[in-house]
Amino acid sequence: MKPSSAILIKQGRLIDPANQLDAVKDIYIENGLIIAIDDHIDQAKNSAVQEIDAKGLIIMPGIIDLCARLREPGLEHKATIRSETIAASKAGITTLCCPPDTDPVIDEKSVVDLINHGVKHAGHSHIVCLGAMTSKLKGEHLSEMAALKAAGCVGISNASQPITNTLVLRRALEYARSHDLTVFIEPNEPYLSNHGCAHEGAVATRLGLPGIPDAAESTIIARDLELVAAIGARVHFGRLSSARSIALIQQAQQQGLKVSADVAIHQLFLTEMDLSTYNSHCHVLPPFRELRDRDILRQAVASGVVQAICSDHQPHEEDAKLHPFPATEPGISGLDTLLPLTFKLVTENILDWSQAVTALTSAPAKILGIDKGHLSIGACADLAIINPNKDWTLETTKMKSQGKNTPFLGWNFENQVVHTIISGQLIK
Amino acid sequence: MVNKNARATNPLLGQDHWNIQLDENGRLKHFLTIEGLGSEILTEILDTAENFTGVNNRTVKKVPLLRGKTITNLFFEASTRTRTTFELAAKRLSADVLNINISTSATSKGESLLDTLYNLQAMQTDMFVIRHQDSGAAHFAARHVAPHISVLNAGDGRHAHPTQAMLDLLTIRQNKGHDFSALRVAIVGDILHSRVARSQIHALNTLNTGEIRVVAPRTLLPANIEKLGVKVHYNLQQGIQDADVIIMLRLQKERMQGAMLPSELEYYQQYGLTSQTLKYAKPDAIVMHPGPINRGVEIESCVADGEQSVILDQVSNGIAVRMAIMSMTLGTSAQQTGDEK
Repeated sequence: MKPSSAILIKQGRLIDPANQLDAVKDIYIENGLIIAIDDHIDQAKNSAVQEIDAKGLIIMPGIIDLCARLREPGLEHKATIRSETIAASKAGITTLCCPPDTDPVIDEKSVVDLINHGVKHAGHSHIVCLGAMTSKLKGEHLSEMAALKAAGCVGISNASQPITNTLVLRRALEYARSHDLTVFIEPNEPYLSNHGCAHEGAVATRLGLPGIPDAAESTIIARDLELVAAIGARVHFGRLSSARSIALIQQAQQQGLKVSADVAIHQLFLTEMDLSTYNSHCHVLPPFRELRDRDILRQAVASGVVQAICSDHQPHEEDAKLHPFPATEPGISGLDTLLPLTFKLVTENILDWSQAVTALTSAPAKILGIDKGHLSIGACADLAIINPNKDWTLETTKMKSQGKNTPFLGWNFENQVVHTIISGQLIK
Repeated sequence: MVNKNARATNPLLGQDHWNIQLDENGRLKHFLTIEGLGSEILTEILDTAENFTGVNNRTVKKVPLLRGKTITNLFFEASTRTRTTFELAAKRLSADVLNINISTSATSKGESLLDTLYNLQAMQTDMFVIRHQDSGAAHFAARHVAPHISVLNAGDGRHAHPTQAMLDLLTIRQNKGHDFSALRVAIVGDILHSRVARSQIHALNTLNTGEIRVVAPRTLLPANIEKLGVKVHYNLQQGIQDADVIIMLRLQKERMQGAMLPSELEYYQQYGLTSQTLKYAKPDAIVMHPGPINRGVEIESCVADGEQSVILDQVSNGIAVRMAIMSMTLGTSAQQTGDEK
């Protein structure tokens, strides 16, 4: 990404919770950096400056998405670095965090280099990678975490692959702590999940779908928290789905453990009820749970027990969802809807603007340990400009991701991304 | 009478889950699940089936109702009884029948269900009878086939086996009369994996059955089963106490793996229906089983073959019920084509 010429954004409502700022300001960008923020900035001295009139618009730091599968390398028929970073760049998302379950797995430096090479040539947004916690994600041997960190990985994770051997997990946490690496965990006890595809409850019983109990998530969190308490590692639990999990995380945080959490945005809207018509677009893992779980997840974001909201982006080709429900591939293409859905929570008075922006920007930046997610002078100019009063309806033709698999088709939204600026470059 | 309004007030019934079963006139178009079908339609099926039992007892067991129609039996799971009775039903209605056993056919070569359906559709099939290992497969098929084609669910995963439920209702009605509200029905065994039990529960509730009980250890019961409108019993004697109808379910051998149950012996001792345990039910209780039965696992031989057993009546009724449903669904579409012309 080349730094473009200067941009002056006039009179937008700047929401930058990291700097406790929510006010109408001008913002001046040059050489990829934020140069000035003030009540009024004149551009008289330079006519090459591109001016954007942002009256009535919201300006916020670019979104940092904690979990987005780009499908490259390995599953390029679903999506590519190019297609998904373009989609991100149209959706206000300026940094994507890629979990290590690519093919090949990100368990050695060469794969990180491969992805970085792809980003350099075809990337339209920033990408950071998580390295594999264990070799090939098999949960048996530790990966070369120090080398992965040196190659640029911002943390380690076993992605959706569970580590059933608790001794391996203990050593991975100890080793990660020795190298000051955050461990990202998607909690799932595979014996309890038992190849299920829906929340174990009344709806799955009625539809005859193999169920996944919420204990499949919370037993792993309980186990892992005991190790965190003993080792002092820094752990992030991602894609939580159940009320029980929230209770455990909250308790751990109250005890002073270094534990953070995120939730996928679709978990804040949909429940098991949405599976009633065998809608395969609602096949996600962890599964949509009960209304009560959804409401407690929402409260947890508002109270800060869950710090971040991510897309859990999993683009698929059309065929992946054209089977009977249990045979379809799980996952939702989420980049296009991350921002409009999150701001719907503001409209519904679940979050205020500052909370919503924090959960999408400064909170995930802090979890990843990267210097982003704020609009400070001298910071990299990654930001999104939003029209908060634009009614629109999601249709596949409007989606920029290569994957059109979403249960939100036909939903109405009030907030729309007008511009994304990445490293000072205006995305057209 | 907890069950009376179980269906009407059940908030778990999704909106258009079943509506694709009915055409714009409210007539049966597909037969995918009992859910969403009113007691009128269920009664119509039973009455029509009752008429067809006459045909089945004649020397010439054939009526020309579906002459010229092609019915494709598409079985992705092994089946003897269900497939055979569907085939006989179609033949007695004078339809042409195509039997396709997919476990030895296309999908082992990697063809998707959708491609299989489209290919057979191109051969001018009028009806698919589908059995598939995945819950929701029949709904999936009904959503994707051409509008003139009817889909009959012959069992999808753990979800539904609605023709089995209808033949069970017919058998109960023949033995216990038309008023289901006076009946106490106990369904015993592996409810968790049973599409038969789910369809029976919906069907019995739709006909206002007085009390429906499910009897099994917790490992064989799905979560929140009571929300379907049943009472849960862990104890066989209590579960069949004063029952009018006992429906025993088949216990698959593979349930002994995966820690569902300790052993066949213990299951038989706790949940097997024997001449001793049968005494807890009403003296005139009938014993049913969707088959195939495991003698000495869920049911004692002398009970399966005993006076109270109506297991073979169920099999005969299977043909009549399937004839009724086939003629009702295809009759509807035949009428529509006539109107267009």
